[in-house]
Amino acid sequence: MSTNEFYSLKVNGVDHHVSDAWIGESLLYVLRERLGLPGSKGACEQGECGSCTVFIDGAAVCSCLVMAASAVESEIATVEGLNADGTLTDVQEAFVTEGAVQCGFCTPGLVMAVHHLLDENDSPSELEVKEALSGNICRCTGYGRIFAAVDKVVAVRKGALS
Amino acid sequence: MIPAPFDYKRASSAAEAISLVSEYGEDAKFLAGGHSLLPLMKLRLAQPAVLIDIARITDLSYIRDAGDHIAIGAMTRHMDVEKSPIVLQHAPLLANAASHVGDPQVRHRGTIGGSIAHADSASDLPATTLAMGATYVVQGPNGTREIPANEFYVGFLESALAPDEMLTEIRVPKMNGATWGFQKFNRRAQDWAIVGVAAWKRGNEAGVALVNMGSVPVLATSVSQAIANGASIAEAAELAAAEAEPQSDLNASAEYRVHLSKVLVRRALESTNA
Repeated sequence: MSTNEFYSLKVNGVDHHVSDAWIGESLLYVLRERLGLPGSKGACEQGECGSCTVFIDGAAVCSCLVMAASAVESEIATVEGLNADGTLTDVQEAFVTEGAVQCGFCTPGLVMAVHHLLDENDSPSELEVKEALSGNICRCTGYGRIFAAVDKVVAVRKGALS
Repeated sequence: MIPAPFDYKRASSAAEAISLVSEYGEDAKFLAGGHSLLPLMKLRLAQPAVLIDIARITDLSYIRDAGDHIAIGAMTRHMDVEKSPIVLQHAPLLANAASHVGDPQVRHRGTIGGSIAHADSASDLPATTLAMGATYVVQGPNGTREIPANEFYVGFLESALAPDEMLTEIRVPKMNGATWGFQKFNRRAQDWAIVGVAAWKRGNEAGVALVNMGSVPVLATSVSQAIANGASIAEAAELAAAEAEPQSDLNASAEYRVHLSKVLVRRALESTNA
């Protein structure tokens, strides 16, 4: 068994060297426990809940079901990298102002999923929003405030609100 | 939720993957998108000693118009199948079924080849490609061979793939204007089907396959036969479960599954999608 593998992951534009790690570790585990990026959350570990959502080469995926070693040579983006200066993105801002956060555990994954949706589709229908967020489970909000936050971002980006 | 220890090898070509699997034999498993295998490994229901990562074999990710059929590389992600203009035009049933797999995160990573090679009767794409009369191309140490979908699924999570063979391409006949329906009955949109049906119809010709109606995806040949003999859709749909041996589980009894299959086959065949 290979236990002392060395590899590099490019996360939020920065190369990180991973050493002394078991080669079988998930990307989520390596991000959180080895690279000090705990924004992505671990819950179901089965690709069901979406709390570990990151972008790999621009696609929103569950980092719990990607082996870290398999993500070498890919561009990985996590919630920490959305705004490198530490300010909130418009999506994060809308989650705050619309009350889309309760316990907050699902929030990083949902923020990533909403960014992914609105990067691809600047005026999604209600059905498209629900479909895009169907991979992210929230047990507190009932989703209503989350959909309100998405609507807010869409409106602000179109200049209808400021 | 930590898998049992395993070793990891990355293959950069199909030939290298075959060579690696020949070396490690039945202790090895191919890792494609990982969205069927890794959950099982975390639950320790699967404990391969070696994972052969084929995710970087980029020349296995493609969708081509090949005349009478569409050729899809095994490493093509579900989202790429779902959105492909070629698939939408010539095999819309497959594009629609791909859009029902899991949720967006799953479809960004999971692959059509991984789903088919995993051979889960509860998955959408094995049954869909079975209904469409697909052919699977597999590569082994002695070259390639073609396996018709209706000879591929031999048991629960068991396919006709030899331990040293790898699925490389899925060939789906063009639908040429056939009407089609994909029916997935579940309680929450992103769940597995309690029962699912993929069906197409062109005049008296029809192909129907069932999801989660037994240990393997089921080709409902009695339905197609009835349609060919001039039966109405409603009459033919009554034969939906003739080839099936559904199990009872927490979601549905076997009897309820039989009932569902008849209703869903009728709906799928009555669909006017084309």
